Amino acid sequence: MHQVQRVSSFFQLFLTLAIFWFWLNGSLAIDVVVVGLIASFVIAALFNGGLSAFSDLQPTPKAIGYSLLYVVFFFKELVKSNFGLARIVLTPGLPLSPGIVKVRTKLKSRMGRMLLANSITLTPGTLTVEMTGEWLYIHCVTVSSTDTDIATANIVSGFEHYLEVMYG
Amino acid sequence: MTDTALSIVGGLLFVAGAAFLLLGGLGLVRMPDLFNRIQAGTKTTTLGTLLTLAGAACLQPDWSLKLLLIGLFVLLTNPISSQVLARAAHRMGLEKSQLTMVDHLAEDTGERS
Repeated sequence: MHQVQRVSSFFQLFLTLAIFWFWLNGSLAIDVVVVGLIASFVIAALFNGGLSAFSDLQPTPKAIGYSLLYVVFFFKELVKSNFGLARIVLTPGLPLSPGIVKVRTKLKSRMGRMLLANSITLTPGTLTVEMTGEWLYIHCVTVSSTDTDIATANIVSGFEHYLEVMYG
Repeated sequence: MTDTALSIVGGLLFVAGAAFLLLGGLGLVRMPDLFNRIQAGTKTTTLGTLLTLAGAACLQPDWSLKLLLIGLFVLLTNPISSQVLARAAHRMGLEKSQLTMVDHLAEDTGERS
């Protein structure tokens, strides 16, 4: 079991690196291919057990559909967050009520949690400061509620809805 | 005809990207403490950079795929660096703004807030 996991994690990372390499180079000349494959192999061997784009992704059609919806939702939130921030910065009184609140995630996989933390950082007025297990500590520009359950519903649920199907 | 339209769209995207980057810079100056500054910095630089990259893709369509890849890197690395900075600052016990209402992290790690 462990052996299988290690090998599959190695190939996921190797594949991710190789795809990025060829994408960036845009060429299939023999030297480019050889250097790319060797470099990907060495890095994947050294960082085995690390996360890659395919780690933990559920291989169901529903997960792929949700990935696309997630991207749309994410960009909507990113634009919203920028306008929200612009409004705060341009208001003379600087209307802030910052604080660090604790929220809980249902996500189990490492990749799902990482994407959740990243997404929270890029969306309206929230910044992930610390993660320990299922608990996330979020810095908010304007604290809406100090209650963990309500804060979870406000901050986490939107992304969790998609990430749960994608990564579990 | 398409060339002109594309270059107009590209120019507009550049201006929009620059506007968000400007607002981010303003946020860095105006925000009261490090955590709020990081918030201002991360979001605006991400969207600002992405819009600028999109603008570049309109002006130089040949570069689109590589620009898309750069955008992906920005999207993945920007929030991680911000999070690590914020965590390091919090662990150092950096002073928080007077306005700060609550700090569950300090409560849970047993520091004084």
